[in-house]
Amino acid sequence: MSFLIILEQILNGLQFGVMLFLMAAGLTLVFGIMNLVNLAHGSLYMVGAYLATAAYQWTGSFPLAVVLALLGTLVVGMLVELVALRTLYERDHLDQVLATFGLILFFNELIAIVWGRAALYTSLPGYLQGHVEFATGMIYPVYRLLIILVGFAVAGLLWYVVTKTRLGMLIRAGASNRTMVAALGVNIRFLYTIVFGFGAALAGLAGLLAGPIYTAQPGMGELILIQVFVVIVIGGIGSIRGAPMART
Amino acid sequence: MRTLSRSISIGLLALAFAAGPVAAAEKLKIGFITTLAGPLGIIGKHMKDSVDLAVEHLGGKVGGLETEIIFGDDQVKPDVGKQIADEMLKRHKVQFVSGIIWSNVMLAVAPTVTNAGTFMIGTNAGPHQLAGKQCSKYFFTTSWQNDSTPEAMGHVMNDQKLTDVYVMAPNYAAGKDMVNGFKRSFKGRIAGEVYTKLGQQDYQAEISQLRARNPKAVFVFYPGGMGIQFVKQFTAAGLRDQFPLYSVYTVDEVTLPALKDVAVGQFETRYWSPDLDNAANKKYVSDFRKKYGYTPSFYGAQSYDGIMLIDSAVRAVKGNLNDKAGMIKAMEKADYASTRGKYTYNTNHFPIQNYYLLEAVRNPAGEVEMQIQKVVLENQKDNYYKECKMK
Repeated sequence: MSFLIILEQILNGLQFGVMLFLMAAGLTLVFGIMNLVNLAHGSLYMVGAYLATAAYQWTGSFPLAVVLALLGTLVVGMLVELVALRTLYERDHLDQVLATFGLILFFNELIAIVWGRAALYTSLPGYLQGHVEFATGMIYPVYRLLIILVGFAVAGLLWYVVTKTRLGMLIRAGASNRTMVAALGVNIRFLYTIVFGFGAALAGLAGLLAGPIYTAQPGMGELILIQVFVVIVIGGIGSIRGAPMART
Repeated sequence: MRTLSRSISIGLLALAFAAGPVAAAEKLKIGFITTLAGPLGIIGKHMKDSVDLAVEHLGGKVGGLETEIIFGDDQVKPDVGKQIADEMLKRHKVQFVSGIIWSNVMLAVAPTVTNAGTFMIGTNAGPHQLAGKQCSKYFFTTSWQNDSTPEAMGHVMNDQKLTDVYVMAPNYAAGKDMVNGFKRSFKGRIAGEVYTKLGQQDYQAEISQLRARNPKAVFVFYPGGMGIQFVKQFTAAGLRDQFPLYSVYTVDEVTLPALKDVAVGQFETRYWSPDLDNAANKKYVSDFRKKYGYTPSFYGAQSYDGIMLIDSAVRAVKGNLNDKAGMIKAMEKADYASTRGKYTYNTNHFPIQNYYLLEAVRNPAGEVEMQIQKVVLENQKDNYYKECKMK
């Protein structure tokens, strides 16, 4: 019995770790490559949770809601980059902290105006509500297993994109020498917008997965953001590989 | 410049002092404190809507006086609640403070209000301190003492010969009261006792512990959004069929719209239910449904009763808000049409009332609702009134 409870608590820890990883990966991507401190990352997590909840109620299909929420946070992230953050790259980190903190307040208010201050409760589709029994007495909810699997899949995908693809090569090149990449004819501004958009989508993914467990509420991003910063500091700022290591 | 701004502020202060007493004499001001934001704010909405409905039923005039209700959001924090109460007392000069969901907030607010000689009409939290040693003649409640409802559930579980019960509640004043009340009447063995953080959303780790302990039944107290999360996660973990779940203030009209089918068959004990058969309750429930389009909860019924109690007091003294002794006397009679039916006040200003066993059942329309099964405790007095030396 004691062995089973340890195993189950390991799974619980892993599931929470995966949530932190998804957040941290996006944050560290943006920080390491664009040298931008983005406190509003938690807000994008909140936006993801709300968009998924709204889309699920609207379409009635969970997979569709996931896709819509991901696209939604991608677009929101790119818009934020275009409108607000683009002017901040040359500035001091403190200015970035101030500006992105302003974004936190902006998003919290916006969400409160659109959806109200009370929390939103979502229920999962029937096939995700159940649980699996590994062995007698070893039962685990399907949805939490799904979160763990998604986390590992995203980790693999990120590793592949950054190390094996042309986009990844450009991202890495941009991180080490921005001017050189621009001189070689790569539209570095556009590249940054895309990177930020993907960072946002990762936060959105974490948010939409978290929605059914933690409920969508204004200010939910700040609750998890502190732990995420701890993760990226331990894992080495700007290192995607560090993030999954650190969370364990 | 400095002297100018100083003289302006002195002038404004003088104006405020001059205007204060005049305004207070002709207008009834009630400060209503509840929680309106976050996962627990869902309860505050039920309460605020019910207060608005009560004022509407009274034609906008509580006790026949021009009425202003000032709402405050305590954010589930005692210090914020106390700050709001101070503001209501000093700036708005309210004659009544009402509301308050959380016992820890109530323990901070009630003394502030009653020490200022202002009435505190609680409409939910009933911490044992206020029923006993810290009772006050200015404090009344239209709800219950925290221990009573779980005490009723203890009797129900005794009748079913249950033992090895695992107990869970949030770690704050009311959580402790609820568990104490349960243990007072429950005769069987307690398999485990776990307190979680107030407002916690994820219970997976505690649920794993519970399963490892392998109890015969589970008793929980998880009000508002905490109840939604706990019952859903308890079910998702597959424990629903394994361990029977008994609860107080967890499955109710606040959480049912989110829980739906998950709640069917769930037992609760409570002093009120929407299907309680009396004229005041029928009017309240049907008008509430008509106006807001959802079913009211006991949080709402108590808040509605709170305004009606204030109305009866102000009417009894014919609008003379300085006659506090007269209003205390009037409220001690509980002479108004309560949604729970007729009840009386004990010496500590807590109700002596019935507690029922309720079950969540599916009605013919396919919706899940709470229905009264039987009376568990009749005219129940709380356990603390003997400690109350009312001054």
